[in-house]
Amino acid sequence: MIRVVLPAHLRTLARVDGEVTLAVAGPVTQRSVLDALETRYPMLRGTIRDQATQQRRAFLRFFACEQDLSNEPPDAPLPERVVTGAEPYLVVGAMAGG
Amino acid sequence: MSGVRVLVGTRKGAFILTSDGKRQKWDVSGPHFGGWEMYHLKGSAVAPNRLYASQSSSWFGQLIQRSDDGGKTWEAVGNKLEYEGAIGTHLWYDGTPRPWAFARVWHLEPSLSDPDTVYAGIQDAALFRSTDAGQTWEELPGLRTHPSASVWQPGAGGMCLHTILLDRQHPQRIFGAISAAGVFRSDDGGQSWRPINKGLRSEQIPDPTAEVGHCVHRLAMHPSRPNVLFMQKHWDVMRSDDAGESWREVSGNLPTDFGFPIDVHAHEPETIYVVPIKSDSEHYVPEGKLRVFRSRTGGDEWEPLTNGLPQRDCYVNVLRDSMSVDSLDPCGVYFGTTGGQVYGSADGGDRWAPIVRDLPSVLSVEVQTLA
Repeated sequence: MIRVVLPAHLRTLARVDGEVTLAVAGPVTQRSVLDALETRYPMLRGTIRDQATQQRRAFLRFFACEQDLSNEPPDAPLPERVVTGAEPYLVVGAMAGG
Repeated sequence: MSGVRVLVGTRKGAFILTSDGKRQKWDVSGPHFGGWEMYHLKGSAVAPNRLYASQSSSWFGQLIQRSDDGGKTWEAVGNKLEYEGAIGTHLWYDGTPRPWAFARVWHLEPSLSDPDTVYAGIQDAALFRSTDAGQTWEELPGLRTHPSASVWQPGAGGMCLHTILLDRQHPQRIFGAISAAGVFRSDDGGQSWRPINKGLRSEQIPDPTAEVGHCVHRLAMHPSRPNVLFMQKHWDVMRSDDAGESWREVSGNLPTDFGFPIDVHAHEPETIYVVPIKSDSEHYVPEGKLRVFRSRTGGDEWEPLTNGLPQRDCYVNVLRDSMSVDSLDPCGVYFGTTGGQVYGSADGGDRWAPIVRDLPSVLSVEVQTLA
């Protein structure tokens, strides 16, 4: 199972506490994880990626295993420790006031 | 027993204020969607517990929320608002062409007859409609693709369709106002549009009487007289007696005719309210005094309403969607400020009192009169 950590506002929106765990069929990539996340929690559609372009929203970042994956290709494999569930995949709100 | 429900959108959440018909004691519910910008909330006229809300943030984009129990619980509904067909360009602040791009929903206007139909006015300016209670949205592209659209430019707040007025007597008629393009009218349910800005004069554009380019801040109508429209423009308070075919200035003796909201008394169609703001570069009330101005003559002659409002050291603004009236007798009038106060008057504006003083900056105020 893939572990996903969401920012607080998206946990509230999805009505979940703590981490989300997802079963992802096929290659575990950022795209497949986010697709699975949006399938399970359709209210998150458009909040992480633009619905038309599928581009990451500008004020969000994607981290895993202490790496910034935000600008990595969406179909690149995620680190093995994310695939095995040893480490979570983090969706993080960028540091910006307001 | 009758009562009122005031729907308040703020920079950091929504609040719902409720009272009985006396409108003296209030319950405050919220924040709903704490931390999110709530540009607008509005209830259906035919199913008052059906509410729609625009929820957005710079981080997570746009959401639409719907409640079917008067705001006790909410459900995130469809938020896929995509322009239809060719995107086209408008002018950017520097005069260069810029493709239309979705930014946010400024205003939600429920249908007057069907609780499942709701219109959305968005930035960059376009009109969307849902006929399934917000689950899916389609653009009515005739407005955005009007031949004049390529020269529309944004106002300081962005190029937004911020006002949508529906007409009970002419169900196919829709008025829309865009900053800074002007007023447009459709007589075929939003399929086609034409600008109705004759009589407006704006010194901030090269041709002050151009067909489009006017920064209209807000429109208001009384439902019994849909051909009479009132407008708060960037500068100037205007009225039309022919459904927007022509406009004349009614600023009269206002201390300044810059401002954002305008509204009409529920039972006196010639009684209107504005909140003058010092200038377009000083977005606060003049002289440190928060004054609503009322005209009982449909404009030109105005009186300041000050009883219960701060008359010194006050420097707040009142945004375009932040004033509303109830339909009780006497008529209640409500407005919210950028300082987080929501004021109410249960007697048509003669006396005011804060309902709540310390909310986040208020973006919108809508009132529902409940049976």
